Order: sequence, then C-alpha cells, then structure tokens
Amino acid sequence: MAEASYPDDLRYHEEHDWARIDGDQATFGVTWYAQDALGEVVFFDPPDVGASVTKDQSYAEVESVKAVSDVFAPLSGEIVEVNEELADSPERINADPYGDGWMIKIRMTDPSEAEKLMDAAAYREMLGTG
Amino acid sequence: MPVQYEGIRQEHVNVRTGAGMFDVSHMGEIETSGPQAEDFLQRILSNDVTKIAERGAQYSVLCREDGGVLDDLFTYRLGPDRYLTVTNAANHERDLAWFERQAAGFDVEVQDAHSDWAMLAVQGPRARAALERLADGELPRRMRTAELRLAGAETLVCGTGYTGEDGCELMVGPGDAGAVWDALLEEGVEPAGLGARDTLRLEVCFHLYGNDLDEQHDPIEAGLSWCCKFETGFTGADALSGRTREQILVPFAFTGPGIPRQGNPIRTNAGAGVVTSGSLSPCLDTGIGMGYVPVAASEPGTTIEVDVRGKLRSAEVRTKPLYVRRDPENEGDHG
Repeated sequence: MAEASYPDDLRYHEEHDWARIDGDQATFGVTWYAQDALGEVVFFDPPDVGASVTKDQSYAEVESVKAVSDVFAPLSGEIVEVNEELADSPERINADPYGDGWMIKIRMTDPSEAEKLMDAAAYREMLGTG
Repeated sequence: MPVQYEGIRQEHVNVRTGAGMFDVSHMGEIETSGPQAEDFLQRILSNDVTKIAERGAQYSVLCREDGGVLDDLFTYRLGPDRYLTVTNAANHERDLAWFERQAAGFDVEVQDAHSDWAMLAVQGPRARAALERLADGELPRRMRTAELRLAGAETLVCGTGYTGEDGCELMVGPGDAGAVWDALLEEGVEPAGLGARDTLRLEVCFHLYGNDLDEQHDPIEAGLSWCCKFETGFTGADALSGRTREQILVPFAFTGPGIPRQGNPIRTNAGAGVVTSGSLSPCLDTGIGMGYVPVAASEPGTTIEVDVRGKLRSAEVRTKPLYVRRDPENEGDHG
C-alpha cells in the first residue's frame, strides 16, 4: 500500500501495532508506518496457536533483508489463529498491512486493556501526521 | 551511501540482471611511490606484489606481525614505481599509520589520497555496455586499469568489483563524481545502496572486514590462503606458517526457514562456531551466511545448526560461491 493509512475501526499501540476487536477476540498486525519503516518484509515466523501473548511484549519477529524487528502485542490473550499465509508470502505485510497482512488472532484475557490503546486520531497525532 | 534507494531486493536484482552503481567514495586510498615502492608493498602486503602487471590489480591482506588481519585491500599498479591501495573506510587511518610506520627504511613516499578520489562501482552484466558509451577509449579487462575520459571526467577505470558481476570501479576527482553519476543514470544504470552491496558480496562469499575478517582471526582461518604468499616473507608470514588452526570460515545456506544474522551461535557435531555475516539471499531466496566453524565440521555438505535468537535453524556448509553467476553466453541473453 503506497499511501499512509490508519483505519478508524482499529486500536493502536505505540510500538506501531494495531488490534481489531471483535467480541472477545482481537486480530493483530503492524501499522502502515511500521511496514514502511521496515522496508520489504522477507520473513515472518508465526508463533504457535495456543501460546499466550502479553500486552506490550513481543510475540513474533518480522525481518527485512537488513534488519529484525519485534512485533508487540497490543493486548493480552491466547492465540487462536495465526496467518499461515505469511510464511510463504511475507510481502503481504507491506502490501496490505490491515488486511491480508494480519498476523495473529487472540482470545482476550483482559478486554479492559483495550481502553489503554489509541484511536486512529491519537495514533496519527503520535506520528506527527495529525 | 544510503542503505537503500528503491529497496534492497530490487537493487540487488538490478545488479545481477542489468547494471547498478554504488557510491563507494567512503573507501580510502593510499598512494605509495618511489624506487622501493614494490619492495615495501611486498613486505607489508600478503600477496606477491611483483606479480602485479603495470596497470594491474591485486587483492591482499595487511597483517600484523602476529598474523592478525588489519585490513583487506585492492592494490592497483599505476606505474613502475607507483601504486594505489584502496582501504576500508573504518580502517583507513589505522592502515595509513601502519603504512607510514612500516615505510621507515624504505625509499618510498606514502600519501593519504582519500580526499583525491571519489569512487563509483558500476556493476552488472550491462555495466560495461553503459560505460563503453561514455568512455573515450577501451575499458580495461578484468583485474586491469585504464586512464580514460568518461562523461568528460578524467577517470581511473578499474576492472574490479565486489558483487561477483562483471563491471568496473571508477576513481574520479570528487568534483566530477556528480556529473559521472548523472551520466550513468542517463544510461540506465540504477543506483544501489549499502544493503544490496552487502547481499551481493555475501552471495559470492567476498569477505567484509569487521564481520568475516578481524584482528582476532588470521587470513588462513578466513580462507584467504590463496592470497598469502609465504615465500615473499610478508609481515605476519612467520607467525602464520606452521600454526595449527581449530576453526575456519565457511559459507552456509539454510535448508529451511529463517535468516542468519551476524553473531548467531553455530552448533556442529564438532563443537561451536559463530555467524560472521548473514542475510536473506535475494537470488537463492533462502537464508545464507558465512561463519567460523570447527575444522572437523567445515566440509561442504556438513549439516550444522544456527541459533537464531533461540530458534535452532538447519543449515548446510556449502562451497564458494553460494550464488553462481549465470553465464549470458549460455543463455542466449545478448540483449
């Protein structure tokens, strides 16, 4: 996706991760800003279904040719699904960071954590793109 | 030089399939001249300097007395008693000081020529064609140099490179570099950055000082015995001869997922090792690297494991180069 975008229906974490909350589940990925800073993603190693993730902790890594970056959990919970497609097509993280480039789905253990996340306007403000 | 312009993978592919150019003006240069220039360089450089033809080029390492590697260098013979040695940027001041100190007792002049030269590496199967259109004479063949006028600029054209592709390295006055760069752009040569330079050299297993070479390793361990001519009596030769070695630098490729990175531990049946360079190979589309492993685990085909931040990844020791250049002659690719 060539143009910066930050959808209004997502919640944002300051480490440039997003969460799409649906009932007691949430889908995670990285923001347009994160994928742009990384450059072409060439490797994503998904975590295991059933593993626990903790808000503000790294749950996976994305790699460009040159660098490795941690991906942080915006919320806590148990992983119920991972995007297996990314193993063969990690470039989806660049092409469609909020769609095909999603990383994991969790069942939240503390939905109230979502209140600490930013909305799109606050995240844009943090990036200085108002 | 930036890490990338349009993306490391694309720039890498441009150099493998077309033509790319790197601004490597950060590289240092030392000019050595005088009646004993050859004798002096023969003493301090590991290769046989007397074998460099006039207008020729040669790779060597610079060793301490104990054999530790101070730098790896290309030396160009510009005249009977005049040589230009290209240093790694981070080592330039140290190399220069070493040259000056070792020159005592030789009738030579050692000059820091770093600020005299900008350097552009033009590499790829279409690099020579682009250069030919801009040059006023015949390009030098591989491992030779020629002084030409290129896009109007006095240029020392060297048939060398760091990518495993054909091409030339251009030494021009800093004031001319911009015009030469722009002329090359007009000819369709694509800018390439430090990131692609690293992945290109790693695919063909060229050493990077500070990663694969350092003062703690000797050139034989680093697989550079081919450029260490003991009979010349170069500085470090005594310490290097007769030494037994426990580790050796090998290229390897992952046989599954993952990307090795510098500093990752290596596990082998014969003991531990360490990754000195690692990346994704854009051409092979797999993790590749070089690392020091026990000699008993250094045979090509040996299965090893690399500990990538806690995950053990399977790899296999390979032969150099990891990527073998396609031969355009055999593919009918004369475009």
